[in-house]
Amino acid sequence: MSETSFVRTEMLAPKPAPVSQVGAIKWMRENLFSGPLNTALTILGVLATVWLVQAAAPWLLHGVWNANSLSECRAIIAAAHGPEATGACWAVIRVRWNQFLFGFYPVDQYWRLFVTFAGLFLALAPVLFDALPRKLLWGALLYPLVAFWLLWGGPIWGPVAVLAGFVILGLLFTALAPKLGVPVSAGVGLVAAALFWLYAAAPIEAALQSALPFALSEVDSDQFGGFLLALVIGVSAIVLSLPLGILLALGRQSDMLIVKSLSVGVIEFVRGVPLITLLFTASLLLQYFLPPGTSFDLILRVVILVTLFAAAYIAEVIRGGLAALPRGQYEAADALGLDYWQAQRLIIMPQALKISIPGIVSSFIGLFKDTTLVAFVGLFDPLKGISNVVRSDMAWKGTYWEPYIFVAVIFFLFNFSMSRYSMYLERKLKRDHR
Amino acid sequence: MSEPSYDHAVDRSHMQVSDEIAIQISQMNKWYGQFHVLRDINLTVHRGERIVIAGPSGSGKSTMIRCINRLEEHQSGKIIVDGIELTSDLKNIDKVRSEVGMVFQHFNLFPHLTILENLTLAPIWVRKVPRREAEETAMYYLEKVKIPEQAQKYPGQLSGGQQQRVAIARSLCMKPKIMLFDEPTSALDPEMIKEVLDTMIQLAEEGMTMLCVTHEMGFAQAVANRVIFMADGQIVEQNNPHDFFHNPQSERTKQFLSQILGH
Repeated sequence: MSETSFVRTEMLAPKPAPVSQVGAIKWMRENLFSGPLNTALTILGVLATVWLVQAAAPWLLHGVWNANSLSECRAIIAAAHGPEATGACWAVIRVRWNQFLFGFYPVDQYWRLFVTFAGLFLALAPVLFDALPRKLLWGALLYPLVAFWLLWGGPIWGPVAVLAGFVILGLLFTALAPKLGVPVSAGVGLVAAALFWLYAAAPIEAALQSALPFALSEVDSDQFGGFLLALVIGVSAIVLSLPLGILLALGRQSDMLIVKSLSVGVIEFVRGVPLITLLFTASLLLQYFLPPGTSFDLILRVVILVTLFAAAYIAEVIRGGLAALPRGQYEAADALGLDYWQAQRLIIMPQALKISIPGIVSSFIGLFKDTTLVAFVGLFDPLKGISNVVRSDMAWKGTYWEPYIFVAVIFFLFNFSMSRYSMYLERKLKRDHR
Repeated sequence: MSEPSYDHAVDRSHMQVSDEIAIQISQMNKWYGQFHVLRDINLTVHRGERIVIAGPSGSGKSTMIRCINRLEEHQSGKIIVDGIELTSDLKNIDKVRSEVGMVFQHFNLFPHLTILENLTLAPIWVRKVPRREAEETAMYYLEKVKIPEQAQKYPGQLSGGQQQRVAIARSLCMKPKIMLFDEPTSALDPEMIKEVLDTMIQLAEEGMTMLCVTHEMGFAQAVANRVIFMADGQIVEQNNPHDFFHNPQSERTKQFLSQILGH
């Protein structure tokens, strides 16, 4: 019989793998105890975890929810766990939660905040999930005006006049765009809308209000605070900074000298100064540049500058995405006869934005956390502003950890959801099935 | 000389060159900075011509056909495509581009769109064709390049040869009067080259005006009515394929042919 010839007479049945090569044991061998260094690090890690839990657990477990002051908290903890015991005084959150969330918004008007917040989800749903009917997007476009009216109150005709300006802009744009091209018709529309807002809006508003008085009680910007303020600034700036960032990124790549230098100038200036500088500009300097007599709401000014700040970063993130696209994509779009805006909208941006998702969402998360910096211009952000207000009450003087932990947890929930959503979006848009 | 084998004899019955001029290039020059890439190019292409442009790399052949749909700008001379002169007027450029199809070496399909969306995009947005009609046209051309079953896939799921056939179909959906091919088979594995060439032969048989930059000399012999040889940014020799291959006149051409034909 030849050495190279072989015929199997009996087929082998599958056997179980060796115990050390499967399941938890294999995982631990590979990940925790694969060598002397890893074993030492594992033991150190376990020790550190144990120490942390030992230090923090009693404080967390002794937490008191029902009390009316910090001293009452301490008395309850001492009675239950001995005089040396420490414990969290969560009662401060239970008693003052509404200030952390809503600042000094009038309590009898809280329903407006609930409606606005619920509306936010309704408006965001069709934007975030494309399985929903596209017609809901019109509702999302109306939402900012509705939210503005609900939050600040006043006659309903103000937002209606603003909307009318946008309708003028939209109608002019759709009528002129085929003849004059995108930039010119957008410019004409903007000028017409601006003229309407400056000269026609106020008299129309007043006339409508006297004919059909319909108003909510006005709430002043001073009364905003806590997460209400963080969300108003954060959501507005996030929504506005993405389109502005896209325009800045495109402007930076433009062949037109003025557009290019303006974009580069804005991006480099805004990225070159700290956000707090811009916030001080918003609170102090901006008034000097505006015509005398115009008073411009502080929150609005802050939103504008935070938007500008975020847009500069987003523009650079998108520039990275644009740079990652092969030149062939531009050439193919050109060769098919698509014009510049069609190519950008249909071919370039969908791909560049997809590449930029992680960077854009990082910018958004940073922006949302940066809203706490408005404390420096006298607004009541949840972290410093409201915590200080709460601690200035004698009953809660000395509560440091609890408000910070509470605020941190809420920030974490928002930011973690954004991060998760961006990962979902990246998975959904993945197109290279290799 | 190696002769290619095709499934069928090339049917020349519809390959008729008319007197009508499709492209007229006269005294065209182009520079990249100080580098003179195209020198005094004169070329008249009649409707129905199948022209193969050959030449060593760096000879300016790709640059020349990219000037025809203004992917590259020329600095002097005239290019008239389908009666429209190419100047910096954007309206004219878009008009020429929608009449001239182009197929690239690296396909340049849009990876974020399905095959069907790749095909319908330009007809819908540039030609303003209703979506339903654009999809019917797209399916017709996908049948023609023999991959209708891939319509709902994304470009990344297709082989190179299939992607290039989709790219040809994408151009055809715009019902172009002229097709430009910029080394359409250079990025393909050998076994996929044939499926793309077959598609191009089919197109030639239907009378399409074609300009092809390619190293496929078999294709040139089977389909072209004229072969242009370029070197150093100029047209060195042009002739019908038979005389070009069997009786080249200039030294550069002889040298080039001996190199690429190899024996």
